[in-house]
Amino acid sequence: MSIFVFVEDWNGSYKKASFEAVSYAKSWADSLGSNVVALTSSATDASTLGAYGADEVRAFSLSATAYGVAAQLKSLTDGASGVVIAGTNFGKSLAPAYAALAGGSLSTNTISLPLSTAPLTVKRGAFSSKGIETIALNGALPVVSFVPNAIGIQEHAGAGTTSDVQAEGDDKLEVSDVVVASGKIALPEAEVVVSAGRGLKGPENWGMVEELADLLGAATACSKPVSDIGWRPHSEHVGQTGIQVNPNLYIAIGISGAIQHLAGVSASKTIVVVNTDPEAPFFKAADYGIVGDAFQVVPQLVDALRAFKAGQ
Amino acid sequence: MNILVCISHVPDTTAKINFTADGSALDPAGVQFVINPYDEFGLTKALHLKEAQGGTITVLNVGPATTEPTLRKALAIGADQAVRIDATPTDAITVAQNIKNHISAQSYDLIICGQESIDYNGQQVPAMLAAMLELPFVNACVGLDVEGTSASAKAEIDGGHATFKATLPMVVGGKKGLVEEKDLRIPNMRGIMSARSKPLAVEAAVEGQGGTQSISFEKPAPKSAVTMVDAENVQELVKLLHEEAKAI
Repeated sequence: MSIFVFVEDWNGSYKKASFEAVSYAKSWADSLGSNVVALTSSATDASTLGAYGADEVRAFSLSATAYGVAAQLKSLTDGASGVVIAGTNFGKSLAPAYAALAGGSLSTNTISLPLSTAPLTVKRGAFSSKGIETIALNGALPVVSFVPNAIGIQEHAGAGTTSDVQAEGDDKLEVSDVVVASGKIALPEAEVVVSAGRGLKGPENWGMVEELADLLGAATACSKPVSDIGWRPHSEHVGQTGIQVNPNLYIAIGISGAIQHLAGVSASKTIVVVNTDPEAPFFKAADYGIVGDAFQVVPQLVDALRAFKAGQ
Repeated sequence: MNILVCISHVPDTTAKINFTADGSALDPAGVQFVINPYDEFGLTKALHLKEAQGGTITVLNVGPATTEPTLRKALAIGADQAVRIDATPTDAITVAQNIKNHISAQSYDLIICGQESIDYNGQQVPAMLAAMLELPFVNACVGLDVEGTSASAKAEIDGGHATFKATLPMVVGGKKGLVEEKDLRIPNMRGIMSARSKPLAVEAAVEGQGGTQSISFEKPAPKSAVTMVDAENVQELVKLLHEEAKAI
């Protein structure tokens, strides 16, 4: 009886969230005295997964859609004690489809390792991070989908064995067109996020935000009003009705901090707020604050970070 | 076209969230409930499709009688009929099983759900429902075109978007982009009056087999006080982020 983990790749290499998923499975398996079986695409080099706790890697040719992969996982996880899937964009579609097909009981938006294992009990975010729920998965097949970056990576001295397996999927959909900007960091998994709001006065001023983000290896994001007026795409809108983020560092520039915005970002470990208004509500949710004009503070911050990086 | 829009009844986005003293549930005192914002984009998309191509819009909620005002609001916005499945659901799979049970006795061409509800943030029901019905499913759907029985759905994926083609019926988990914020409709007086006479059927629930059990709720630990840094001294911020927060 093993803990199975789905290991997602992106253009042939593993995501950090995938190593985190293997670490999660290893921690769960250790508390059960069990082992970890990683399921992954045969198009990747799986030899690195042992270092995060995979005892065995089974590689297969992935279906094109989450639905298809869910059916494949069902056929590959017979007898599993539990299944771990990272809460990436893909994982968010995969985990519930898999749980429904395989008869699993599912916790999504999970933010803790197992608190206990009989039954599996975990903490998860609810009410847009305004609450934390403790839930127990009583079914025979507990499935955990966790928030990327909420758990962390644990390395292990070990090397897994790798084999190829076959699995049939049924996509029920035809993928007709994929448009992806290269090098963009997916917001749900970003470790650093630089976000800006109406304080930037117009879309032509985003250059300095992107410069700061590049310097920090960060994803760029924006407030709801900015996406609604079309300065930035909806895919960058973070907040209660946009994307919820969980980075180590969230830098908010010219965002006042409406309750709906805070709900999407309050899980960030460190929050920096730059705003001209000392009464902006965001300062109450911040760790560090600067009262000042973004057009002066951001270029200075870029310079200071360059100097810091040069000195390292 | 026969469209089903699944509606969650959730606290308003500005609501302050508190839990009962024993931590077992949301304390509804002082909380205003609304149509889940993700579902509202789906409902508005359904109205656009109906206006262009004709059809019937049914809105559905799985919940107790206290959710009926939210269904009436959806009727006032323009849905034709409502269904409430009488249950106090305990997890997503129970909700999905109940919606599946309803759909199996009907003939919907399109099932639109919000990608998630802003109360439990599970993002589970639409994908579970599609898997149970063995129908095509597109999550994080930000664009939908329907022609006859063919649908083209645009979805957010890592770093961009993908377009999927499917044959109806299908299930989508929608969000903003399906329609824009400015397209959302506020019920007018005529809509509110007509909503009173539109049908709202109450159906019996089926037992769920989800196996998840909510144990308790708590609020996140409050943030410690903010450290202010002078705008003329951003080097200090970089130092704090490195040495104190260890964030860079």
